[in-house]
Amino acid sequence: MPPISSPGAEARFDATIAAEEKIEPRDWMPEKYRRNLVRQISQHAHSEVVGQLPEGNWITRAPTLRRKATLLAKVQDEAGHGLYLYSAAETLGVSREQMQDDLLSGRAKYASIFNYPSLTWADVGAIGWLVDGAAIVNQISLCRTSYGPYARALVRICKEESFHMRQGFEIMQTLCGGTSEQKAMAQDALDRWWWPTLMMFGPHDAESAHSQQSMQWKIKRQSNDELRQKFVDQSVAQAEHLGLVLPDSDLKWNAARDHYDFGAIDWDEFQRVLNGGGHCNRSRIKARRDADQDGEWVREAMLTYADKQRARAVEDAA
Amino acid sequence: MSNAHFSYVLRLGDNALIIGQRLSEWCGHSPFLEEDIAMANTALDHVGRARMLLTHAGDLEGAGRDEDQLAYLRDEREFCNVLLCELPIGDFAFTLMRQYLLDVYHLHLFEALCRSQDEVLAGIAAKAVKESSYHCRRSAEWVCRLGDGTDESHRRMQSALDELWGYTDEIFAADAVDEAMRAQGIAPPLAELERLWRADVEALLARATLSVPDDNWRASGGREGIHTEHMGVLLAEMQVLQRSHPGLAW
Repeated sequence: MPPISSPGAEARFDATIAAEEKIEPRDWMPEKYRRNLVRQISQHAHSEVVGQLPEGNWITRAPTLRRKATLLAKVQDEAGHGLYLYSAAETLGVSREQMQDDLLSGRAKYASIFNYPSLTWADVGAIGWLVDGAAIVNQISLCRTSYGPYARALVRICKEESFHMRQGFEIMQTLCGGTSEQKAMAQDALDRWWWPTLMMFGPHDAESAHSQQSMQWKIKRQSNDELRQKFVDQSVAQAEHLGLVLPDSDLKWNAARDHYDFGAIDWDEFQRVLNGGGHCNRSRIKARRDADQDGEWVREAMLTYADKQRARAVEDAA
Repeated sequence: MSNAHFSYVLRLGDNALIIGQRLSEWCGHSPFLEEDIAMANTALDHVGRARMLLTHAGDLEGAGRDEDQLAYLRDEREFCNVLLCELPIGDFAFTLMRQYLLDVYHLHLFEALCRSQDEVLAGIAAKAVKESSYHCRRSAEWVCRLGDGTDESHRRMQSALDELWGYTDEIFAADAVDEAMRAQGIAPPLAELERLWRADVEALLARATLSVPDDNWRASGGREGIHTEHMGVLLAEMQVLQRSHPGLAW
C-alpha cells in the first residue's frame, strides 16, 4: 500500500515530477495520481489480453506455417505484455483479481478497437501495421511517463511492438505485391481499420476527460491530438509505399503546418462502440468470462494441491 | 533415400503440426494469463518442429514439395499423424493429459533420435529434446496438481485419461516403416520407447492418484490415413486460404 503522508511529502512528489525523475511504488503519491495510474495501466493490460482474441481468430487459419508461427509468437507477446502491466499496476496496491473482475463486470475498459471483427487474413496485417503502429506512437511517448514501473514495462513492450508492426506491414506488403484479389483484400482491411485506429488516440484534447491532470503529473507526455497527428503523418508514406489509398478524401499535405490535414473523425461511432455498441463488445467479454468460469476448477485445484503439498512437507518434517 | 524414410519423417512432422494446431486453439481462452502464454509457447514449439520435419520430409521425397505444400495441400487420407494428436481440445484436463502422454513419448523419442544415422533428423531432435524436456516438466506438474487436487479436478483428469488411453497404443505399434528405420539406425526400436514411456507414465499417474485404465479398447489408423471424423474439419479450417486461393504467396 502507498505510504502514509508525512510533512513535505506532496512537495517532494511535485519536485520529483518537476525534475523528470520517476515516482516509485514506495514513494508517497496523491490518491488521485494513484487511481489515475491504476485506471490507465489496467486498461492497457486489459487491451493486451482482449487483443489476443481478434488475432487468435486467425492462428488456426494462417496461410503458411511461417505466418502461423509468427502470429503465435506475437499473440504470446501480447499476453506477456498483459502480465508486465498487471504487475506494474499491482505495485499501486490493486490485485490482478480485482482488475480482472473490473474487466469482466464491464467497470474497466479496454481498447475499443478490439470490438471490431477480424474478417480476413489482411486484417491480421492491418492490425499489426496500424493498430500496433498506433500503439507504438502512444507507448514510445509513455516510456517517459512519471511512474517508474509503468515506464520500465513500456520500454520492453515497445521493443516487441515494433516487431509486431513490421510483421503486420510485411503481411500487407506481400498482399499488395500479389494478385489483384489479394491487393483488394489489403485495401478492404485498410478501409475498415483506418478510422477506428485514429480513434485509438482518444477524444480531441479539449474533450478528453483525464488528459489535463495526466499531463500535469507527466503520466501522459503528449496530447491525444499530437500523437494522432504523428501517426497520420507516418502512415501516409507507408500507405503510398504499399500502393494503398487511405480512406480519407480530406487528407492532404499542409505546408504551413508541416503536417497532413485529415478528415473529421466520426465521434458518434467512437462513443457507440466504446459504450458497448460495437460488433464484438459482447463476444469479447463473453470469451473472457467463459475462460474465467471454465478455469475456476483449475485454479481451485491448484490451491488445494498446494495446501496438500504444504501439509505433507510439515508431516515429513515432523 | 527410401520411401520408408520419407514416410517416417512425414509422420513425425504431421504429429507436430496437428498437435500444434490443436494447442493454438487455446489462445485467449486458458484458465489464466500465464497459461495463455504457456499454451501459445508450446503450440509454437510444435509448429516450429513441424516446419523443420516437413521441410526435411520434402527434401527426402525429392518431388519439390516444401513445408507448406505438405501442410496445406494434402487431403485427410494423406495425413499420417497418430489419432491422439487430432482429437478436439476438450477441457483443460483433456488437453493437459494428452500433452503429458505425448510429451513423455516425445522426450524419449527425441533423446533417441539425437543418435539417428539421419544427421538432419538428429539435428532437429537435438533442438526438440530440450523443448520436450520442459514441456514434460510442465504437463507432469499439471497432471499431479489436477489429479491430486480437488474431487472435481481428479474426476476430470481420470475421465480424460480413460478417454485418451485407447489412443496411446497406436504410438508404439511398429509397422514396416518403423522396422526399416530401426534396421537402418535412423529410428529407435519402438518397443524400447514404449517400455520407457510406460514406466514414466505409470509412476506419475500413481503420484497423481490416478488409475491406469484397462487396455480393453484401442483405436488406430492415423498413420494409414484412417482418421477420426474430427480431422477433416481441422484440415478444412487450417487449409482454407491455400485451398480457396490456390497458388498464391502469403
